[in-house]
Amino acid sequence: MNLQNILSEIEQTDPEVYDRLDTRRSAMKTFVKTSGKIALASIPFALGSMFQKAYASPTAPTDLILDTLNFALTLEYLESNFYIKAVASGMAPSADAMNALTIIRDHENEHVSFLKSAISAAGGTPVSFTASNFDFTAKGTFPNVFSDWGTMLAVAQTFEDTGVRAYKGQAPNLISNNDYLTAALQIHSVEARHAAHIREMRKAANLLVPSGVEVKPWITLDQSGIATSAVQASYNGEENVTQAGVTITNIGGQQISAAAASEAFDEPLTKDQIVAIVTPFFA
Amino acid sequence: MVTAAACKKYNPGNNPGKGGINLGSGDIGVLNYAYALEQLEAAFYMKVVASPFKNMTDMEKAYLTDIRDHEIAHREFFKAALSTKAIPSLQVDFSAVDFSDRTSVLGTAKAFEDLGVSAYNGAGKLITNPDYLTLAGKIVSVEARHAAWIRDMITPNSFADSTVVDSNGLDTERDPEEVLSIAGAFLKTKVDASNLPTD
Repeated sequence: MNLQNILSEIEQTDPEVYDRLDTRRSAMKTFVKTSGKIALASIPFALGSMFQKAYASPTAPTDLILDTLNFALTLEYLESNFYIKAVASGMAPSADAMNALTIIRDHENEHVSFLKSAISAAGGTPVSFTASNFDFTAKGTFPNVFSDWGTMLAVAQTFEDTGVRAYKGQAPNLISNNDYLTAALQIHSVEARHAAHIREMRKAANLLVPSGVEVKPWITLDQSGIATSAVQASYNGEENVTQAGVTITNIGGQQISAAAASEAFDEPLTKDQIVAIVTPFFA
Repeated sequence: MVTAAACKKYNPGNNPGKGGINLGSGDIGVLNYAYALEQLEAAFYMKVVASPFKNMTDMEKAYLTDIRDHEIAHREFFKAALSTKAIPSLQVDFSAVDFSDRTSVLGTAKAFEDLGVSAYNGAGKLITNPDYLTLAGKIVSVEARHAAWIRDMITPNSFADSTVVDSNGLDTERDPEEVLSIAGAFLKTKVDASNLPTD
């Protein structure tokens, strides 16, 4: 499945999504068209449903929340399927490394289960993906993803850092619901813990490129420490040193380098940016 | 254990909800709450870097200096952003910490970072302005990165263990009262959170 189909996937689970976005004018057109074809007795029913569609709030918070949760679930499926394969590959060079992958895999599986339940409880239909929906070589960019340890960790780092940016970007969509917002934040910080750990593993294993690049548990400027520029979209913007109009470098007369200023704040990405980043990983 | 020390030092008479510096209400109150926590963390790491524990490695020194700079950046950001609405500087009390001892310092750091993560996670819902929510999000993931590294320095692979992540894969969240009752053990200045929003 192509990830660009995610929107149509959501439409399938929420068939009225376009109706809700319909203008009153087009709803009237639809009614006129429909009424020509249906028996007179059906009209009151058709009229009722047309009004329901035409006058329902087009940005009902529930729809936005369900769409956002399903987007999060899609990303969790991606991560969960990735770590299931990573653990099964037997590539981990040590018991500690294997243990770390297993811990992260289990969390991603838990996130999938949690989000599925949350979406169902909110009256939505969770999206569903299986192993065959993914291509972790990213169309050949990472041909050795499950046979080369360094490649596997590079992809893992990218997924985790991207996941953090995705949840950060989506959080405002959940602001109207305390429970979902809090849960999303609770997943967000777990992804950040994972990201930090994977970054530690890459540094400890001397897997950083080019030489001299900074890869610490936190993101320095827009550096990934990964050979291919294919992952750069996941790091672009992280070099930001201005927050809410305030310059963080040397703020308040303190000696804060641009590197530290960029590390101190992680940056969000929009849904479109995230979709563009992860699309190659969908079969 | 630092948390044990924190509990021992916590004086129920020093109720953070009554008296002391008032954080204020609404979003400003929540931002001042974050500013208070960042003041505490920055002060701690300034002391950690200024008086390194015995046998601190070069990597530990470098990373703890990074963390100090991040926390100073957070503190100064809130101070600048809040401007005239910012609470004053808080007086800290680190008498329970042995800064010459790695276990004491890293244990305290772990407690502060996990506490910070849980505080931001619990405060998100109290914020009404989506831009402020995003700002809090930009900071909390960095605190989580700190927490993960410090935890791994204490016990390998404890970056997201079951003491902080539940069976749904969710990190900890705490409300301000609970956070300040823990942080209060390290603050000489009383902090009054009684006007903060509750949902």
